[in-house]
Amino acid sequence: MMRRKESRAGFLFALPWLFGLVAFMFYPLLMSLYYSFCDYSALRSPVWIGTDNYSELFHDEVFWICVKNTLLYACFSLPLSMVIAIGLAMLLNTNVKGMTVYRTIFFIPSLVPMVSLAMLWLWILNGDYGVLNTALASIGIKGPNWLSDVAWTKPALILMSVWGVGNAMLIFLASLQDVPTSLLEASELDGASAWQKTRNVTLPMISPVIQFNMVMGIIGSLQVFAIPFVMFPGGIPARSTYFYAMYLYDSAFNYSRMGYASAMGWILFVVILLLTLIALKLSNKHVHYGGV
Amino acid sequence: MSKLSDLFLPGLISLSLLALVGTELRSHPKDDATRTHIAVWVGWSGFEYDTFQSVVNDYNKSQNKIFVDLLSITGNSTKTLISTSAGVPPEISLLSAAEIPQFADAGAIEVLDDACRQRGWTQDKYVPGYWDVLQYQGHTMALPATPSTVALYCNTDILKRSGYDKPPETIEEMDKMVDKITKVEDGKVKLAGFLPAEPGWWPWGWGPYFGGSLWDGKSKITMNTPENLQAMKWVESFSKRFGPAQIQSYRSGFGVFASPENAFLADKVAMEVQGVWMHNFIQKYNPKLKWVASPFPYPKDRPDMKGHTIVDQDIFVLLKNCRHREEAIDFLAYVQSQGPMEKLCLGQKKSSPLRVKSPEFWAKQDNPSIRLFDDMAYSKSCISTPKLGIWPEYSAEISNALDEVSLLQKSPEDALKAIDERIQPKLDQYLNRLEKRRTAGK
Repeated sequence: MMRRKESRAGFLFALPWLFGLVAFMFYPLLMSLYYSFCDYSALRSPVWIGTDNYSELFHDEVFWICVKNTLLYACFSLPLSMVIAIGLAMLLNTNVKGMTVYRTIFFIPSLVPMVSLAMLWLWILNGDYGVLNTALASIGIKGPNWLSDVAWTKPALILMSVWGVGNAMLIFLASLQDVPTSLLEASELDGASAWQKTRNVTLPMISPVIQFNMVMGIIGSLQVFAIPFVMFPGGIPARSTYFYAMYLYDSAFNYSRMGYASAMGWILFVVILLLTLIALKLSNKHVHYGGV
Repeated sequence: MSKLSDLFLPGLISLSLLALVGTELRSHPKDDATRTHIAVWVGWSGFEYDTFQSVVNDYNKSQNKIFVDLLSITGNSTKTLISTSAGVPPEISLLSAAEIPQFADAGAIEVLDDACRQRGWTQDKYVPGYWDVLQYQGHTMALPATPSTVALYCNTDILKRSGYDKPPETIEEMDKMVDKITKVEDGKVKLAGFLPAEPGWWPWGWGPYFGGSLWDGKSKITMNTPENLQAMKWVESFSKRFGPAQIQSYRSGFGVFASPENAFLADKVAMEVQGVWMHNFIQKYNPKLKWVASPFPYPKDRPDMKGHTIVDQDIFVLLKNCRHREEAIDFLAYVQSQGPMEKLCLGQKKSSPLRVKSPEFWAKQDNPSIRLFDDMAYSKSCISTPKLGIWPEYSAEISNALDEVSLLQKSPEDALKAIDERIQPKLDQYLNRLEKRRTAGK
């Protein structure tokens, strides 16, 4: 009797969240699937057009430009961010005086709001008087026009993505602190070098966290939006920074093609799902769960 | 103790609800409760918003039946779209004239023909250039808010140093001036006479400046025409003369528009296409700058185009399915009358869209070129955006093509062809679907 009462109370307390989940997640999700098969502008009722939006997308030159840009960005920014996040976490896991201060300093950048970050990088990367090019000039290197040269805009964004590694770094740091010292000590007794300890003990022990961060990274990098949207409106120059989510947004809100945008959303969802499953499948062999 | 903690959550919820009610009461004071509230959304901020708020305050004081709730919103047109789609639009929203077809085709805004007849809002009352952009498919779809035309701003000090005492008349003349003014040292641009991409706010305007058109007025995209090609080649000529990388490098040193580092305000670009508002920014960021405005030059072989201009106007639309249509029209009538309209336009330092202007209106204007901007709106060669529902997409395509041509990635011929090939099928599809909807009554 008491148990049933508790269950009912629990359900009642969860009700607002359940309502939110249905109203703001499941319903829009299902409706967007329906709209992806419709001519829908958000201002008029949807009209069923079958798979027209999908077939149009596959023949849309701009769509493929965005796909290419996004994949290129993800392919470079994800491994780079992961390596830097692990590296930083390892450095911040050492026993040095004032470590909490260092940890805070390295984490703070990831708390900066995206738009502020974009404005900040507009100054750093300015080809004429930016901090980066000034620093490069001081060592005799002529920096490129990061923001206006088609060849350098994507590398600039990849460089910027490293700025936000704080969250991943923190998760890695937590997992590094969970690596049993007994294993590290045992390997030391066996004469393992620092690299051997990292390669054969630390990395396998934190592999589930690496896998988690990789999956989150895939999702995040394929949805890159806010920073290029602020820094490179319309994907300038010459659509070199026009990413998938930006085209989706433009289709929905600037071109009033909500059905088309919904189709783009679902394609992205399926691609992310597939990539995540592939990543999980490929990495499963190398992921070590301590308790298993 | 446990009883106290049991009360914590319900207490917190009750307090939050009370706070909400309190906020609502505060935003609708008791003395306004008897009035009909209408919502007006605008994208203005700063002094532009303050001026309109003052006009709204005057209106709210002038009668006791209607109360206007004015709201300044970032990204107003997107939010208007979302609220209209949700069935809770504001009564009135401030859009740009280019957005009329998109909203009208979707049936989101009211046709104002009847209101215009009843209230005397006719063509005779308004400056022609400003009235024309309000018309769509034979109907009046909006009313003017604050209008603007654009002109060529010239830094007279720089012009004088290069031996010129007046702005160019023709594009050919302008090209010669640009060559003389532009300074390139050690492969770096040090001063630009003119740059098509600065500020680059009307990339679609170059073709019409050369006498080209962007569509046939019905259903055909007409980018690939000799006039538009001439314009595209003209844009390309800047990159060919000074180098795309050199121009890029020079432009990367420009600050944002509203700052003293603005290229024109910082003496980095001698001539620039800008709207009537530029005067405000000159006053604010570089009051010592000596400048003059004149109509953008015309092609030498097209003297009929002398005095042409781009019309860029903020407009008021009445949203369909809004709750208080008649009250909203009453407010619009107030704003469209001479006194309030002059107060609004004077405060925003623009000309009035009304033909009749009071002597005080002119006397209080501190922009020495204000009459030029007003006169240009009477020109027979006023240029405005094509009245097409797919204009945002078309416009993005033109911008991208100009980018590609400026970077010498594509030839002007290929760029124009690519626009036609991409946009024409989109327009065909758009018009077909629109027709089907109309036939089906959806």
